[in-house]
Amino acid sequence: MLREAVSSEAGAGAGAFEPVDPYSIILNGTERVVEGSWIGESLLYVLRERMGLPGSKNACEQGECGSCSVMLDGEVVCACCVLAVDAADSEVTTVEGLNASGLVDDIQSCFVEAGAVQCGFCTPGLVVAVHDLLGRRPDAGSLEVREALSGNLCRCTGYGRILEAVRLVQEKREDG
Amino acid sequence: MRVARPRTISEALSALDDNPGSQLLAGGTDFCVEVNYGHRRPEGVVCLRRVAELRDFEVGEGKVRIGAGTTYTEMVKRLSGVLPALAAAARTVGSPQIRNAGTLGGNVATASPAGDTLPLLAALDAEVVLVSSKARRVVPLNELITGVKTTTIGPGEMVAEVVVPRISGPQHFLKVGTRNAMVISIASAAVVVDLQAQVVRCGLGSVGPVPIRASRAEEMISEAIDWDDLSAPRAALERFGDLAAEAARPITDHRSTADYRKRAVAVIAARAMRRSLTRVT
Ligand SMILES: Cc1cc2nc3c(=O)[nH]c(=O)nc-3n(C[C@H](O)[C@H](O)[C@H](O)COP(=O)(O)OP(=O)(O)OC[C@H]3O[C@@H](n4cnc5c(N)ncnc54)[C@H](O)[C@@H]3O)c2cc1C
Ligand code: FES
Ligand code: FES
Repeated sequence: MLREAVSSEAGAGAGAFEPVDPYSIILNGTERVVEGSWIGESLLYVLRERMGLPGSKNACEQGECGSCSVMLDGEVVCACCVLAVDAADSEVTTVEGLNASGLVDDIQSCFVEAGAVQCGFCTPGLVVAVHDLLGRRPDAGSLEVREALSGNLCRCTGYGRILEAVRLVQEKREDG
Repeated sequence: MRVARPRTISEALSALDDNPGSQLLAGGTDFCVEVNYGHRRPEGVVCLRRVAELRDFEVGEGKVRIGAGTTYTEMVKRLSGVLPALAAAARTVGSPQIRNAGTLGGNVATASPAGDTLPLLAALDAEVVLVSSKARRVVPLNELITGVKTTTIGPGEMVAEVVVPRISGPQHFLKVGTRNAMVISIASAAVVVDLQAQVVRCGLGSVGPVPIRASRAEEMISEAIDWDDLSAPRAALERFGDLAAEAARPITDHRSTADYRKRAVAVIAARAMRRSLTRVT
């Protein structure tokens, strides 16, 4: 909806070349303006270095580890593989914005409860990936969960407790 | 440095014309990694993500047209009925995050030997539709991809869609790598059985600079198959794998040795073939 509105306002010049910035991103529900940036900045860089949102982690910058996972227009992607200028006028939700109230959500608390957090570096990316999965497939079976989390690397836990955390979220949500 | 965010193909093409040095950006999964690692420094970018036309796909009587902007996630969702091997290949790409962003057009334009859609597209003699503000041309995939990451896509041109024949019969894609997920192919193979024409088509990936057709394997197995019940003798299946390996021209690199690639491609080509049959005699 938001994007439609933006496009019709843009009018005749839509699609033509524009200066790199300013542009705005609808970040965790709030419109934020990016200024003074370089064309090649990744969304991950802009989130961490310009928007003050360090929840999305930077580990590989090549899409391999998933620690920078964010939702872009409702789909989970690696923020390091999104050119920030291409996120203009789009909705980006980071781990900081998953719960509108700003409190810890059920996925986060189940990670803690299951002991799925050791060094914690992979946790934000995993929380976003689990949020995406359970939003689409609340009843996902264990194979589906593994496949959905296959792009998120964890060097500490061995994954057992992460899978346990997902099961716990499913259980609690089912109980209401 | 400027950015264009077109919503139609014609807007995208006129943006490319206005700023000839600018680069096309689709899902960014190849593009951004190159920028992050300093291998690419864009002066101007034409973002294609908003061009809805590029995401169209059309299943016609004889042909299937797939928009260049179709993501892997969409291929899995929308094409598993009509092009099961393409959906299977798409399902093996990267992770959900990568599949949500990466596109067919980006895979074709990158033209990596390990591009997972390419073996099937080669097997199907896919045609790539290139458009520019001046012309539209249709180029067979084997003329488009001329070497490792090199194509005949000209300045001002972009991939609009990929067109493949609609073929009825089983098809399978298999790849080998170090993990089940998030893995670049060490070897890959696509097999398409055309029940009507009674021929088998087989494309190989990651075992040469460009996708390879295993023509001798195709001819041999097409003769050996009993088309009445879609069965073939075990010896013919083994021969199919051997002939596929003979067609391969692999190299040794950091992912694998050439010898392993040859062996692996023989095994997966034969396995994809076996899965396409109803029975082995
Ligand atoms: C972590 C990770 C895992 C991956 N795993 C796999 C895998 O398993 N298998 C695989 O095959 N690939 C894999 N890739 C590579 C990549 O995801 C694919 O090649 C993907 O299809 C690229 O598409 P894109 O839309 O992201 O292209 P982009 O990165 O946006 O662009 C790639 C190139 O294509 C050009 N381009 C894009 N669209 C067009 C167009 N319409 N016309 C002309 N030129 C165009 C761009 O200018 C650029 O040069 C992986 C990448 C990452 C980061
Ligand atoms: S930092 Fe983005 S996937 Fe690793
Ligand atoms: S908890 Fe340390 S990387 Fe996952």
